[in-house]
Parts: sequence; C-alpha cells; structure tokens
Amino acid sequence: MAVRIVVGLKPGMRDARGERVKRELKHHLGIELEKVQTLDVYTVDADLTEAQLEAAAAGPFSDPVIQDYRVGGALASDFDLLIEVGFRPGVTDNVGRTAREAIEYQIGRSFTLDEGVYTSVQYLFSGLDDLGQAEHIARDFLANGLIQRWTIVARKNFDPVKGLEATVPKVFSDIQPEVQEIDLEVSEDRLMEISREGMLALNLEEMQAIQAFIKDTATVEARKTVGLGDKLTDAELEVLAQTWSEHCKHKIFSAKIQYTDETTGDKEEIDSIFKTYIVGATKDIRKAMGDDDICLSVFKDNAGVIEFNDEWSIVFKVETHNSPSALDPYGGALTGIVGVNRDPFGTGMGARLMFNTDVFCFASPFYDKPLPPRLLHPRRIFEGVVEGVEHGGNKSGVPTVNGSIYFDERFAGKPLVYCGTAAIMPKKIADGRDCHEKQALVGDRIVMVGGRIGKDGIHGATFSSEELHEDSPVTAVQIGDPITQKRMFDFLTIARDRGWYNAITDNGAGGLSSSVGEMGEDTNGFEMHLDRCPLKYAGLHPWEILISEAQERMTVAVKPDCLEQFLALATEMGVEASDLGQFTDSGYYHCLYEGKTVAYLPMAFVHEGVPQMQIPAVWQPPQLSEPKLPAQSDYTDAVKELLGRLNICSKESVVRRYDHEVQAGSVVKPLTGVANDGPSDAAVFRPLLDSMEGVVVSHGMNPRLSDIDAYHMMANAFDEGMRNYVAVGGNVDHVAGLDNFCWCDPVLSEKTPDGPYKAAQLVRANKALYQYCVDFGVPLISGKDSMKNDYMIGDTKISIPPTVLFSVIGKIDDVQTACTMDAKRPGDKVYLLGNTYDELGGSEYYALKGELGANVPKVDSTSALLRYRTVNKAQSQSLIASCHDLSDGGLAVAIAETAFAGGFGIDADVSKIPSEGKLSCVQRLFSESASRLLITVKAENAPAFEALFAGQPCACIGQVVTEEKLTLIGEGGKQLVSASLDELKEAWQATLREM
Amino acid sequence: MKQVKVLVLSGNGINCEREMAFACEAAGADQVDIVHVAEILSGRVKLADYHFLNLPGGFCDGDDLGSAKAQANRLRHAPISGSEQSLADQIKAFIADGKLVLGICNGFQMMVKLGLLPAIGGTYGQQSMSLTFNDGGRFEDRWTYLAVDRDSPCVFTKGLERLYFPVRHGEGKLVAQDSATLQMLEDKHLSVLKYAEDDGVTPTMEYPLNPNGSQNAIAGLCDETGRCFGLMPHPEAYLHRTHHPRWTREELPDEGMGLWLFQNAIQTIREEIL
Repeated sequence: MAVRIVVGLKPGMRDARGERVKRELKHHLGIELEKVQTLDVYTVDADLTEAQLEAAAAGPFSDPVIQDYRVGGALASDFDLLIEVGFRPGVTDNVGRTAREAIEYQIGRSFTLDEGVYTSVQYLFSGLDDLGQAEHIARDFLANGLIQRWTIVARKNFDPVKGLEATVPKVFSDIQPEVQEIDLEVSEDRLMEISREGMLALNLEEMQAIQAFIKDTATVEARKTVGLGDKLTDAELEVLAQTWSEHCKHKIFSAKIQYTDETTGDKEEIDSIFKTYIVGATKDIRKAMGDDDICLSVFKDNAGVIEFNDEWSIVFKVETHNSPSALDPYGGALTGIVGVNRDPFGTGMGARLMFNTDVFCFASPFYDKPLPPRLLHPRRIFEGVVEGVEHGGNKSGVPTVNGSIYFDERFAGKPLVYCGTAAIMPKKIADGRDCHEKQALVGDRIVMVGGRIGKDGIHGATFSSEELHEDSPVTAVQIGDPITQKRMFDFLTIARDRGWYNAITDNGAGGLSSSVGEMGEDTNGFEMHLDRCPLKYAGLHPWEILISEAQERMTVAVKPDCLEQFLALATEMGVEASDLGQFTDSGYYHCLYEGKTVAYLPMAFVHEGVPQMQIPAVWQPPQLSEPKLPAQSDYTDAVKELLGRLNICSKESVVRRYDHEVQAGSVVKPLTGVANDGPSDAAVFRPLLDSMEGVVVSHGMNPRLSDIDAYHMMANAFDEGMRNYVAVGGNVDHVAGLDNFCWCDPVLSEKTPDGPYKAAQLVRANKALYQYCVDFGVPLISGKDSMKNDYMIGDTKISIPPTVLFSVIGKIDDVQTACTMDAKRPGDKVYLLGNTYDELGGSEYYALKGELGANVPKVDSTSALLRYRTVNKAQSQSLIASCHDLSDGGLAVAIAETAFAGGFGIDADVSKIPSEGKLSCVQRLFSESASRLLITVKAENAPAFEALFAGQPCACIGQVVTEEKLTLIGEGGKQLVSASLDELKEAWQATLREM
Repeated sequence: MKQVKVLVLSGNGINCEREMAFACEAAGADQVDIVHVAEILSGRVKLADYHFLNLPGGFCDGDDLGSAKAQANRLRHAPISGSEQSLADQIKAFIADGKLVLGICNGFQMMVKLGLLPAIGGTYGQQSMSLTFNDGGRFEDRWTYLAVDRDSPCVFTKGLERLYFPVRHGEGKLVAQDSATLQMLEDKHLSVLKYAEDDGVTPTMEYPLNPNGSQNAIAGLCDETGRCFGLMPHPEAYLHRTHHPRWTREELPDEGMGLWLFQNAIQTIREEIL
C-alpha cells in the first residue's frame, strides 16, 4: 500500500519557495495573498516496513536542522486552502527517481518494476478561500494540465490528522503488445485520413509513394521470406513517417522551388535550397581556402566540427525546440537543452561539452490582450523556458555563455527556443582514429545506453512538422533528466577512450527508428530486437518502442569483442545499457519483436524513397514607405525609452540564473564592466585550462527586417553575428557559421494561401546567406530548420516572422587580447567605425514610434570585412580599450551602454560620424546601419589606431570623461542628449528586473 | 621526496572536477586523480592512499531531495566492495588521520549534511547545520567579496585576508540548528569566510553582497582541526586573471586568488602530513 511522507520546514524557517510563489502570483495573475507555504510530498509505493519508511523520511527525504516530516499523516496547518500538484502517470518524475534510488541504497535492494516513489508539492494558501480562484491558480500558474494533476482542498474539508489520501500515478496497462497491418489499397481521401489519424504528417504524394512500394511484387516476395504479408505493419508506416518527416528529412529545404522575382520578371528553378545555397556556400569556401580550410566534418553528423589547434577540434550545434515549449515551456526547454547536448556529444566518436548558448523569441511578458485557446501567456512561457534552460544547463555542469531574448507579438503563436551546445574533442582518439569520423561495421552490436523507453515523446518529430492545432499530442511533451544524461556521458567518455565502439549517435527525433536507421546506412542494414529494450512500464506496442523519443539515450555501435566489458562498466556506473541486435549488410531495415519480424524495409526506400516536394515561390516586395516624424530639439527621452525597450533592456535577471562560469573557461562573461552588469557582445571561452587559446561564440538575429525583405534580414543577422564576434576579439579568418531557420509554413495550401510569398522570403534569405558567407569566407558547418511555426485554431492564425538565428563560432589565439564593451578610463578617445546611412527601416526607433519604414540596412561585404580584419589587427596590438557593436537602437544606445557599463561619462559630437550624404539627427542617433563598431582608445594609442584605419570610414567623435554623464551634441554644437549614467542605466535595467 | 596525492571525486552530477583537479596540479600536487565514486565503491581505488580529498561543486542527483542530500545518503549507505565500511566511514577515518578535505559548493553542502562540518567537539557525522534555499528563492551566479577570519584554525586560508570568488548556487543559505551552535562557531573561529562589503572586510547581510541571506553572513566553515574546510563560493573559478570579471579593466597578477587556498593545502601536506 502506498504511504505518503510529507516534509515541511520547521517553524521559523524562511520558506523562500513559498515567498517566490506569492510574489509571482502577484506578477502573473495579479492575485495578492497573505501567505504561501510549501510542503514536499513523497508517495512511496513499495513493499517497505514502517521502520524503513521512517528511515527514509528521517534520512534522505528531510533535513534534521530545517525540516519536519510525517509518515502517513498530515503536516499542513495554518492555511485556508491547499493545492497539491503532482505528475500525471508516465511523466518523468526526476525527484521521484532520486527518492527511489535513495531508499534502494538504504534497504540494500532494488525496487521492482511495480514499486516506485511519486512526488508532489503541497501549496498552502492563507487569504484564499474562493475555489474558482484556486482552480485558476492551479491551472494557470502552479501546474500544467498536460503533464500535471492537482487537488484542491479547503481547510474545512482537510483531515488534520490523516491528511490527503495517497494516490499513485502509476501507468496501469493491460494492453497486450501487438502489430497491426494497414491496408493502403484505398482511396486518396482514405490515405490522407490514415496520415492524419495516425499523426503521420505525410502528404498525399508521400502516402502514394508508400502505397506503390507495398504493391510492388518484388517487395511482397521479399517480405514473405521473413513472414510478413502484403500489407505494411504499423511499425513500418511509423518508421517511414518519422524518417520522412519535415523534422528529420528537411523536405522544404530539399524541395524543387520555382522562384519568380516579380520586380525583375526573372524566373528560376532551385533544386534544393539546402544543397544550392548552404552546402554550396561551404563547398565554394572550402575550395577557396585550400590548405587553410578549417572544416573537419560538416553537414553529415549531429553537429559540425572545425579545427581548434593541432590537437583539438571544436564541435557546435544549435537546435530549436519550439513546439514542445509552446505546450510545456519548462519541459520543452529543459528537453531542448539536454537534447542539444547530445548532438555534439554524439558527433564523431564523442566530444566533451564546453558551453551552451540560448536565444529565445517571445511575445511581451506584459501582453495584456485576450489569448487564443491553448496558448499560454507569454510571461508563463518566459518563466518556464528560462527555468528549463537553467536546470538543463546548470545541472549538467555546462555553462550558458551567450544568448539573447527577442520580443515580437507574433511569437505568442509559437515561441522560438534555440538551444546551442559547443564541445571540444581530441583530433585523434587513443587508438589513432580520427575523433570526428565514425563508422559502424558489420557485426557491431546495437547498444542503447541511458534512459528507459516510455510513451513519452511519441510523434515528436511529426508533431513539430505541423502547426500547433487542437489535437496536438500531449505525449509529445516530455521532461528531460540531466542527471541520467550526465551519468551516461561520464560512462561513454570512458568507453570512447578505451576504443570500445565504432560509432555513436543521439536518440532524438524519431527515437531508435531514426538513430539506428541512420547508423545502419554505414553497413547497409541492421537487425534489432525491440523486445530487448528496457521499458519504463509494460504495455508498449513494438511501433511505440521503435519511435518513442524518451530522453537521455544514445545508440552505440559496440565492437562485438568489447560488448562484455562495455556492459559491465555501465552497470557499475549506474548506467543502463542494452544489447538490441547487430548491424548487417543485408540492405534491410529489420526489426523483430519476440522473434517475429515487425518491420522489414529496404534501407534505400527508407532513406531515399521520399518524393521531392515542388514549391512555388513568388517575390513581390511589400509596399512600404518611410514615415514622416517631426524633428525634436532633444532626444534624451527617446534614448531612455529605447534603453527600456524589451529588445534592448538588460537581461541580467535571466543571465544570473544561468551558471556561466562552471568549467572555469569564461573569459568574456555575459555581463561585464565596472559593476559586472554591462551587456557583452559575445563570449570568449578558454576550454583548455593550461592554454591561452580561446573559443569565441556570438550570434545575430533580426526578425523584424523580414517584414521589409528577408534577404536583408539574413544579411543583417549574418553581419550582426560577425560584428559581435569581432568586437570581443574573434579571428575573422578562423571562424564558421551555423544557421537556424525558423519559418512559418511556406508551402502553398488551403491553409496557407500566402505560401508563395513566404517561400520567396525563404529563397531570398538563402541567397543572402550564400552571398555573405562566400564574401566573408565563413563556412557553414551545421544548422537546422523548423518550418511550421504557425498557430491555427478556428479562424485564428498566427505566423511568426521569418527568423534566422545566425550563430558564429571561431577562435581567438590569445584570450588576453580579448576586448570588452565598457569604457575603461577618462581621457580615452571614442571612435565610430563604419558609415551610417539613412537606414531606420525595421529599427527599434521606428518601432518605438509604431512604424516599420522602408529603408532597410544593407550590408557591404567588402568594406565590412576589411574593417573587421583591421579591428583584429588593432586588438592583437592591444590598441583597443573597449569595443561595442552598434545594433538595436543605433549609435545612441551603444554609446550609452559603453558609458554606463564603464562607469564613466562620454562627450561626443554625432555630426562627426562617418557617413555619405546629409543625415538628420534621428538618423545619426538611431539608424541601424550594419557593420559599425564603437571603440574607445587610450589617448597614447590613438595615432597608431588611426593609422591602421587610414582610408576606412573611421572618425573620432568624442572622449571618455570623469563626470558620470552622457552628452551628445549635433551640428553647430547643439545638444541632443544629456543624461546622467544613473538615469540611463536605470531605464535600461528597470524593464525586466523583476522577472 | 614523498608525493602529495590528491583525489578529486566525480560522478552522479559532480561538475567542477576538472578545474578543481587543475587547481591542485597548479598548486604543486604531485599526483591528482579524478576518481568516479563508482571506482571507490568497487574497491579498486582506496581513499586511504591519498592525502587530500576534494569534493567539487555540481548538482549531485540534481539536488532532487535538497542540495547534496541524495549524495550524502549514497555515501552513508552504499557498500564498498570488499569492505564493511561505507564511503562516509572512510572519509571519517581519513579525517581522523589528519588528512585534508575541501568541499566547494555542492561538495560543501554534502559535508555539512554528512555532519563533517562544523563537527564541533569532533562530532563528525552529526549534522548541526544546513544549507537551504537562498532568500531570493533562485539560483544566482555572481561574484562576492569575502572576509577571512584571520584567527581561524583553517589551514587553507592561512595568511589570507580578502578574497573575491563567484557564487553559483540556489541553496547557499547557511543555518544553524540553534543559536548556541552559531555562537560556538564564532567563538572557535570556525566561520572562516563571510560575505563582505567591497572592502573585503566588513561582513554584510545586504543583498546582493550577501547573495543568499546566510546567517552571520557565513560563506565557509572549517572544523576545529582546520583541515576540513567547505565553502559556497568557487575558488577554483579564479585561478587565472582572465577569470576575474573585470580583468580587462583592472591591473591583476596572473595568478588568481583561488589558487592560494590550494597552495596552502599542498604546503600543509608537505610540511605536516608527509
């Protein structure tokens, strides 16, 4: 029988968690309560004696100094109403897992599959008696109904002695695993029904390709040999749906696109934008670089690999986890971060994680309009995502070193959650093989390592290949478990160094069906026994085992003669590892369950059978014009308003929640300056503790520019990434890029009549990406696309603005030459590099005025690249005191940030800035022209600095002063901005301080 | 010459083992082994073969039952193969032998919850203090000024005064079981480090200088021998000047302050233990 153990703080101990709930209830729901207390509840469902339960409660479950406990009784008192929140059956309960292990250590035996510990939290409210309001608090703040359940009890109905009854959220299943056959000899309508009902996300052409395959007599003959009939099994159809999903196969990026540019009348057919522009750019760049090529492994593995030095290589990958984060922000983001950790870890023969990056796109947390059904409030998404990334990164011991948060109302329809991880790997592993290469060999054992399989994450790949709709599956939501993963990584690193395996990959989207399917391409076949997979609970059908996306699992091709040692060490280190079968050269994707074949598909059909999509794209630029705004005599208020805008303001409240220093590699931290709170442009990280060589990482992103022209959105994202990278000292000749496209559905259909425009935006962004990568010589090494970021329920459709996150990673030879953005000392000269133009289109200043404008910033590769190279030169000669990129808010914002981060004032004359043609004050202050940097230089270094930039757009516009004040003057010495650093900094810090 | 041998524990969510091992090497230890807890439990590695036990920071078992609780429970109950003792027993014997133990952050939390600190009167194994949630209710990464009690018996801080290290924790608020315990800590100078104002001298309860609301602003504790020491801030995060958050604007020596604690430890072992 299950017994509840309730743990709470002793009287007089401060309940920080309760206080936080009280505070946030006020922020989130506007509900003010007298007091909130919290209790932890462990429901132990195991065959234990009273003494054993007592020992668990008194030992691992409670702290004798600060906590009290009750076994089987109530602890709650002094409240008006309580809400208890626990998990739904089958949802990952990390605390429950640790609690179970703790008891196992105490009693010296393992729990049976039937035994378990389930956790919940009891919230005790004083000053709350309205049951309706309690329901509101539970549903819209404390719990997420998709993964949690709750009980509300008023004081008068609460038994003060016995407390609540124990309920056990165990998965009960009397389902007998079975295999269904699916008749595809049906009408077109029925084919599409099968796709929809099964959450397969396959279109008619794809369903017909499968229909034709199973009709083929050769197929049927081959199937007879393994005891299968002339109909596909459910497992086979699922395998094809996973492998052919947009998420796994990138069908839009591989499509044939008919592109028409209405402005020129030009038409062209593009056979795969991925191959043409992305792979194409890297190919051309590598050729041009010749012996200086830094790429080691691009596009073929879970992450890209470039050279670091003669002994080490850098691995980098950025993923998105948008759809799950929309439904469960915490679990979605947590799974996002621990998920992307597995990509570099599973690249080549395996790598050691260095750091995470994360970039989020949300609607305003202060959104105050009614929300369409099923959407969570942006503030809840903000809070949940940040907490998810916090737990994912911090608990894994991976520092979060770089990121940003971008706000636009349209992200209410779908938040974007980008999670990146970089890792470092030796060039060679101990036995001399290249670490960035891998190949499974015939006869290698298929070993699954890490977590167990449940129904969690089923249809994650196909789910993210669709818009968010009413039937979006809750099983696609899951909760990551950093500790299980950490144990697995510790173990696999040893296994790698001992040379026990030939290949490794991550189980992400599509689960085993994808990971084993992909590794099987090395040998052209495999044989896998699904009944040998460890399960979280009984009752899974073979197809579910095959495609479950249960987290924290890697698939490893273990050398047959090393299998025994491999499994023995895993057991010793508390890691589950299961031998599921072997890689073969049969040419078949072969799965069995209890000895019977449940899937038998030719490898070639699985991987190459998907028909190429055809997508129309028509570019007709939107009709836009520049607004006419009255000139002002003073812009001090405008600067302060801009500093407080969501896209510019300080994100310190978020940054401090991430450990950005674990592993002792941080050189340029996210926050910098005299008070450790100024905004760094990029991160510098020193991965080898005995070396001064560093890795630099940065990013750029400008979704709003897509409203004018996605070509320039991409160009500016690229340039912003590069300019941030250079600002801290990144070497522009040892650098690589990584693109993450998040689009709204660009495929013409009834639901998407404007598909051709969105597809044209996609083409244009890719053209820009190719152009600028080639111009700058920046190879792309990996990337990801997420193409269905729409919300559609009833008549409401919200599409995100097309968004590309451009991440930049590269090297700094000596981290001691790195620059930060804060003004360093009075007397230093202030320089602006790069021309300013009449380019306020899509700017923050126009957004502040409710305008979009038309004059989008354009990037001039030739002058920008020369400038960046020269900045590198100045950095290596230590001529630069501070360097800050100009982005949102233009010069005025950058110069204010440089001043208040440094704690010194700046006097500058904006009429001196480099420009071509006459500019207005607004354009000088707020234009967002690309490729500009604000630099301060020690007076004695000024001549050398100026000499380096001779012939380039570079002007000394002022100097750093002692008085803590920013003064900007314009033509004729007219004062445009005058404000104390305190008021500027306050404006910048206030907006998100309480988040 | 005899060798200084250091064991740095790893596994189950310990995250800072590499930089802690590097600190020991840089401070002059002759042999530094990062050892997974499973290797000790298997009996292959023996704690008694070492002079200095390092318990690094991290999130053991995700801090799921409260910080370091599950790890403390494991060390108490998990059997060591071929021995009647638990690892907790072996650590107590290690301390009784006069050897050094340093716990940082999660490692410190575990020492306190195993009753290894402050162990007033030599009561190793009896928990008298705890570390709980920061008053702010949240994890925070920020640098803190620390005042050193110069009258402390702590061998790690010998000769040191002002320190500057980052804290990176959600459960760093130190509380004592009663005021008498707290008073004894102060009387015996066991509260080695206190969160301080930026003068590095004056203890403070003001947030954010005191990031968690710790009683008496205590950031680190030692036992009466001064050879067991634990602290919430991370000295292993400041080994080189480029670790300092303001290294691009201040004149700093190459060697970071964190190294000093490890140098003191290694020196003590050479002079008093070998």
